Amino acid sequence: MQLILDEDQQMIAQTALDFVDEHSPVARFRELRDSGAELGYSADLYREMAGLGWTGIPFDEKVGGAGMGFAELVLIVEALGRKLAPEPFLGGVTMGGSALALGGNEALVSAWLPKVVDGSKVVAFAHQEKNSRYDAYAIATRAEATEGGYRLTGEKVQVLDAVGADAVIVPARVAGESGDRDGITLFLVESGASGLSVTRQTRVDHRNAAIVSLDGVEVTGASVLGIEGQGADLIDAVLDRAICVLTAEMLGGMSEAFDLTVEYLKTREQFGVKIGSFQGLQHRAAEVFCEIELARSCVMAAARALDAGAPDATKLVSLAKAKCSDAYLLAANEGVQIFAGVGMTDEYDIGFYLKRARAAELTFGDSAFHRNRWAELGAY
Amino acid sequence: MSDLEAFRAEARAWLDENAPDGVRGMKADELNGVWGGKRCEFEHPDQKVWLERMGAKGWTAPTWPAEYGGGGLSKEEAKVLSQEMKALDLPPALIGFGLTMIGPTLLRFGNEDQKQQHLPKIIRGEIRWCQGYSEPGAGSDLASLQTKAERDGDEFIINGTKVWTSYADQADWIFALVRNDNSGIKQEGITFILIDMDDPGVKVSPILLISGKSPFCETHFTDVRVPVENVIHEIGAGWTVAKALLGHERTMIADTFGSSSGGTRKPGERSFLSTLAVERVGERDGKISDPVIRDDVARMEMETKAFGLTTQRTADAAKAGHQPGPESSMFKLYGTELNKTRMELMVRILGPDALGWEGDGFDEFALDTTRDWLRSRGNSIEGGTSEVQLNVIAKRVLGLPA
Repeated sequence: MQLILDEDQQMIAQTALDFVDEHSPVARFRELRDSGAELGYSADLYREMAGLGWTGIPFDEKVGGAGMGFAELVLIVEALGRKLAPEPFLGGVTMGGSALALGGNEALVSAWLPKVVDGSKVVAFAHQEKNSRYDAYAIATRAEATEGGYRLTGEKVQVLDAVGADAVIVPARVAGESGDRDGITLFLVESGASGLSVTRQTRVDHRNAAIVSLDGVEVTGASVLGIEGQGADLIDAVLDRAICVLTAEMLGGMSEAFDLTVEYLKTREQFGVKIGSFQGLQHRAAEVFCEIELARSCVMAAARALDAGAPDATKLVSLAKAKCSDAYLLAANEGVQIFAGVGMTDEYDIGFYLKRARAAELTFGDSAFHRNRWAELGAY
Repeated sequence: MSDLEAFRAEARAWLDENAPDGVRGMKADELNGVWGGKRCEFEHPDQKVWLERMGAKGWTAPTWPAEYGGGGLSKEEAKVLSQEMKALDLPPALIGFGLTMIGPTLLRFGNEDQKQQHLPKIIRGEIRWCQGYSEPGAGSDLASLQTKAERDGDEFIINGTKVWTSYADQADWIFALVRNDNSGIKQEGITFILIDMDDPGVKVSPILLISGKSPFCETHFTDVRVPVENVIHEIGAGWTVAKALLGHERTMIADTFGSSSGGTRKPGERSFLSTLAVERVGERDGKISDPVIRDDVARMEMETKAFGLTTQRTADAAKAGHQPGPESSMFKLYGTELNKTRMELMVRILGPDALGWEGDGFDEFALDTTRDWLRSRGNSIEGGTSEVQLNVIAKRVLGLPA
């Protein structure tokens, strides 16, 4: 496993950075927030990104994808993370797309995946329920068998990119109790289905997330993804991919927050000198630099391990999430502290990174959660 | 079969035929090769045979040019050689500052005579080296060194004291920084020179550390006469050589700590640290029974893995042709801080068993761990303190103002 970018990957990364610089400065995120836009992102810009092939990067050429991998997708998402671009690459492309690619039957795949790949449809993935914290099997939503299929009843919360989605993939319980690994089945539910409602939630990071309520939603047997009753396997696989992609976004965010901070250290004057000349601040900046370098290595290793189907991929994903959770918070906290008074104001961008760092940390497990997972995988 | 695979087969056959039984199974990751030199004491007679055979083949310094007795191998071949040695459970035949520090420095800055004189002896383990940089009172402010070198014809007369000269009591030669001129800024007027430790004006006294033992010495020079031809690079340009060599030293220190534990294991297999914790702290439901220790073990393993991946990333970049820069400070900083944390965790895992100094009632592992913990406190001091490394990162990597 080589932890450097090859020429093609360098080009992808540079293209993404250039595009995001030009079309998606942080000011755009601010406008989306201030305007209270229901979707929370720009459908037009998302289509443009899809036009560049970004939404198809990790998917097979047979469905119109680029046949590349997460090692490439993370480069795009890192660039988006730098400028807080809220387009649905995490909930839609990675979670919805991966669930279809890994678990969809032929009919589901051919009906949906090419449209996810070309950016014309968004499919969300609703794994989280109230009080489930980070337990992906804490699923109370029920799927009762009916004559032609299933009837789904339950409620999902903080479903990423679900507002405006064309379908939602819903894990529901066909047997057992909340917390059991067995007895979970995944269903694709189309938007507009009777009994389905999607309500936007307002989160601290102002990203698109929603409550998805299922009040006796009827689906057919053809809407099942993966193996009936063994949906936990598919959830695990989707979450590992989602975590990897999220860490890339976090890497971009922490890098940008740090760059803003270093720039400020070089320009802001107090006591008649640049504040960056104070050793107390220099050392803190140097420490953040080291943590970001380590986080970068972990994100690269996790993406490559997923692509290679390496036996330690899950461990490396946990490693990346733990490192990125801590490093992004450190970079953002130190950023606000070094910007000081103005860092607390809404006018300055550094606060956006603090909010996003916290939201990303508390998504898919914080660093303590992933240390526990690492220990479990290490048999102790 | 590719050339590299042919080399692999050839290397394995040679190693298998030439490695004496006594060195097989000595754990390579503990760096328990021999240090060489005239005063070298071999723990096992086969180590001597092993050193002689590997030295004659040039494989103690596999990538150095064959014209100086080196192996003349490419980096890829050297990697294969190291893999094959690991596969056969063979320790390095030779370790030490000759291979890691002065050798690379001579290859870059030495003249032809100097290379011919020293490199073959380093490769064959015939001379052992120590480093004369630090001075009492100078600390991390290396450039404020005061050891005087006065020109007298074709010789320099050297007077002064070096401190923290690791293994000076066992070394044959010292590479030292001396001051030949006081008139300019402090980084100027410094000369990098090689001194024979057998000179009657050289006196060595060991330093006792809080860990109760140490490789460190004070080295005193009284009217030591050294020929001018022993100057490496140019008179007064020693700072350039020193900086390059410090890069080697930091990389070496980082490598030493970066490689310790946390490596990828088969899923479901316990690491050294977690096994130790289970044994000493106890187990409940298959988990280390103290949840705080368990979390700390996981954190330690993960930090070590993250650090290892980062050194690998830098090595991959170097292979792809990127010049390593001041970020070696990051590895020195992170590797040593990590090792200190690791030793503290091991002491906490051992609990009261870690309170032994020597003698009855304490097992050898616990006694060693306690001494190693005390020794590790020096990691973030020697080779430039952690604070100095942070200064380097702030100024030279991040470009923060002075």
